[in-house]
Amino acid sequence: MPDLLLELFSEEIPARMQAKAADDLRRMVTDKLVAEGLVYEGAKAFATPRRLALTVHGIPMRQSDLKEERRGPRVGGPDAAMQGFLKATGLARIEDAKIQTDPKKGDFYIALIEKPGRATIDVLAEILPVIIRTFPWPKSMRWGERSTKSGSLSWVRPLHSIIATFGPETEEPDVVKFSVDGIEAGQTTFGHRFMAPAAISVRRFEDYEAKLKAAKVVLDLQARRDIILADAKQLAFAQGFELVEDQALADEVAGLVEWPVALMGSFDEEYLTIPDEVIRATIRNNQKCFVVSDPKDPDKTGKLTNKFILTANIEATDGGKTIIGGNERVIRARLSDAKFFYETDLKTKLEARLPKFEQIVFHEKLGTQAERIKRIERLAAEIAPLVGADVEKAKRAAHLAKADLLTEVVGEFPELQGLMGKYYALAQGEDASVAAASEEHYRPQGPADRVPTDPVSLAVALADKIDTLVGFWAIDEKPTGSKDPYALRRAALGIIRIAIERGVDLYPRGLLEGHIKRIRADLSDEPISDIGDSFQDFFEDRLTVQLRDQGRRHDLVEAVLHLRGGEVGLVSLVRRVEALGKFLDTDDGKNLLAGTKRASNILSIEEKKDKRTFDGAPDAGLYNLPEEKALAQAIDQVKHEAAAAVAREDFATAMSAMAKLRPAVDAFFDKVKVNDDEPKVRENRLKLLNEIRAATRAVADFSKIEG
Amino acid sequence: MDALPAHMRPERSFQGFILALQRFWAEQGCVILQPYDMEMGAGTFHPATTLRALGPKRWNAAYVQPSRRPKDGRYGENPNRLQHYYQFQVIMKPSPPNLQDLYLRSLAAIGIDSSLHDIRFVEDDWESPTLGAWGLGWECWCDGMEVSQFTYFQQVAGVECAPVAGELTYGLERLAMYVQGVDRVYDLNFNGREGADKVTYGDVFLQAEQEYSRHNFEHSDSEMLFKQFTMAEEACRKYLAAGWKETSNQKEHLMALPAYDQCIKASHVFNLLDARGVISVTERQSYIMRVRELAKACGEAWVHTEAGRAV
Repeated sequence: MPDLLLELFSEEIPARMQAKAADDLRRMVTDKLVAEGLVYEGAKAFATPRRLALTVHGIPMRQSDLKEERRGPRVGGPDAAMQGFLKATGLARIEDAKIQTDPKKGDFYIALIEKPGRATIDVLAEILPVIIRTFPWPKSMRWGERSTKSGSLSWVRPLHSIIATFGPETEEPDVVKFSVDGIEAGQTTFGHRFMAPAAISVRRFEDYEAKLKAAKVVLDLQARRDIILADAKQLAFAQGFELVEDQALADEVAGLVEWPVALMGSFDEEYLTIPDEVIRATIRNNQKCFVVSDPKDPDKTGKLTNKFILTANIEATDGGKTIIGGNERVIRARLSDAKFFYETDLKTKLEARLPKFEQIVFHEKLGTQAERIKRIERLAAEIAPLVGADVEKAKRAAHLAKADLLTEVVGEFPELQGLMGKYYALAQGEDASVAAASEEHYRPQGPADRVPTDPVSLAVALADKIDTLVGFWAIDEKPTGSKDPYALRRAALGIIRIAIERGVDLYPRGLLEGHIKRIRADLSDEPISDIGDSFQDFFEDRLTVQLRDQGRRHDLVEAVLHLRGGEVGLVSLVRRVEALGKFLDTDDGKNLLAGTKRASNILSIEEKKDKRTFDGAPDAGLYNLPEEKALAQAIDQVKHEAAAAVAREDFATAMSAMAKLRPAVDAFFDKVKVNDDEPKVRENRLKLLNEIRAATRAVADFSKIEG
Repeated sequence: MDALPAHMRPERSFQGFILALQRFWAEQGCVILQPYDMEMGAGTFHPATTLRALGPKRWNAAYVQPSRRPKDGRYGENPNRLQHYYQFQVIMKPSPPNLQDLYLRSLAAIGIDSSLHDIRFVEDDWESPTLGAWGLGWECWCDGMEVSQFTYFQQVAGVECAPVAGELTYGLERLAMYVQGVDRVYDLNFNGREGADKVTYGDVFLQAEQEYSRHNFEHSDSEMLFKQFTMAEEACRKYLAAGWKETSNQKEHLMALPAYDQCIKASHVFNLLDARGVISVTERQSYIMRVRELAKACGEAWVHTEAGRAV
């Protein structure tokens, strides 16, 4: 079956847009084909800096014919209706229509319309220009003489030529005849801009790809990326070094070249005194080059060496000497700037930068950065004992943690925030834990990021996140739906992960109530309590999401959260969920759950019937069966034991205490008829059932558990 | 090129370098203009670009424009930062289909051979908030160094470009440093001579960099500059208002150029005030807006002049 080859050849397409553009082209063309009833076998799209290309194979030569019956007016209907029918169906005379008999409504006309399928090449000639004109570039432009005309073509950069051929594998394909804004589709393209700029005539995808390769163009982005990485690794390896792999950079560079040529250059060793991360940021962000490490160096493994690898777009006639020389000059100048920034930064102590924060507004309703830093300091000091950190160190770390935001290096490379703070803190002789907190307190930044381990870092990380959250809660800037401009959900998740993974039992509502007045001194207790409720709910939602993402049962989380008997810490909640899960996997657990549910069901029916609840202690004098007495006794004992265990946060013991209820509950339901004829006995038995429910509530609301 | 005396070769002298570019673009049919006689931050501000980019008439021009960036002064101590430097500016309206090719040939004319060097067009969307202008294009890299800016103007002074003009801006000092192989701008050979006859870029400009840095950062008269800004703004509006003339069949403007001069003036005065650190972050935005409003009003006037409107 025939294939389509399409190429849109233009001036340089931004690297970041290429992959999506290729995908859009494939999707738009194949969607249209399918909508036209043309089912294809396969399609693949490609992008280079100068071209988008698409091959679709196995498309039928023609659309299939369509037959359609259309119902017309009744026989003898008004003339206007007849004329309209003829016009709509294309029939010459009404006699050409069939007459269909309908005993109820009378006879009417039917037109048989046969729509012959069109040749695919004609369909393509119709759909391709529309796709080109409506292509969804993130930003597009007009150019040249034609840009005066309204409706002139808009493309990412000037479009120069179009290839569109269609035909079966074995024959010479035809050009799909169309033109867009004066560009006629044909079968001509061009090779590499510098190495093979001549026109190339192509027939179909196979010779297109091969001829481009001969003309120094690697069509596939993935292939170019693989070449870059393989060659770069090889270059580094040949000199006994290792490439510092960087997928994102490789992707970007693959979008900047049609014929990748990796070359290695070097820089002065004196720049190795700059931290590796700064060297890497300089070379990577500004020059789009890879850095190289030296695995031989025994005491600084993974430390960078004074080499870099660039990717040129040509095989230069001098073997790349000039290109390397030029890149070395630029990198030297860049590193010299970076070194200057770094050394300038080292001359100023971190605390000397802090007064500047008094002029920098964090958020108009939340005051300056200086005020925020003060709050974080106080909070970090309060949290320090909870995480086992030294209070003074936590305060000091919080005091300095943000100072690097005002340094030259961070101004130049914002992604190095925190890390530079650590370097500068160490350089001015701060305690190692204090210095580490500069970097670590931003963690965890996302679900994949690690949680800090040093207690000082934990204290500052929690204080920073809590201040952010409480602050935005205080000014009513909570996340809604998909909108979370201050990344508050991420901050909450960070707190939850620190709590769970480091075993720090935190009480969100208590944290808010303790901190909010530092931000909103004007708030009285009642609004604070309301804000506390919504804060607690938010945390419970985040916790539920987090536990669900870890594969915990949603209903168990609900059952534990639903208790609301005084505030429960985050870690305690998780432990309860875990203990409950284990308990329910045992026979005792399953049966107790069944028994409790049965008690609940009976109760809710009878409560409805009597329009009352059955709270309150049952009267021991009204028990007249041994099973009643046994159950009452078991409940008393279990309630006591479970409560004591829960108070010790010992949920496993609480659960085994619960398990003791099971035989008594089973025996009760086996032998005792709850709805006794004597009303007082019935009421007393219902109260006893209520006691089962109440007892289990020491650990969870069993009615929320499924199954 | 062989006919050139050695001291005029682009790789030997800064002036020879400029002359080579001028000659190349003259051969492409550009009018070679001289620098505009006012202080401005970039060659784009020259009315030959800002105003001539508007309207339907064909326009091809090239010129050197001294560019003043008061904030970039480094007292002559930084090897490549200057508060006064040269841009070479080319504008072609409508943008010719082979503009990229012409650009590459111009590099060859100044000694950059594309079979030896790695020349790249790297995405860079250009926007000038003060001029109410934007366009799409690239920064052009030569062996990892940005050497030019290449833009297809889409809008200038708030007016849609129809047709679109192509604009090229070469950073002359940086390119010449590369071609001459020097690392410090002041070491550029200006006149291509050697020995006692040699004049360097430093001989010509080092003292000026030191003096203007002192002026821009420490001594410029802020009070006067604030007044000048307001005066230029008022004058611009006054000239614009006075220039409108309604005839029976069309609206015409007779003083777009003098009005635009005042817009250039206001923009430069703002840059001086900014360098002096007397404009706060919040005020900064409003000054930029005020200049943009002037630029837009001038653009609107320009498209009602002889050179700016349809034939």
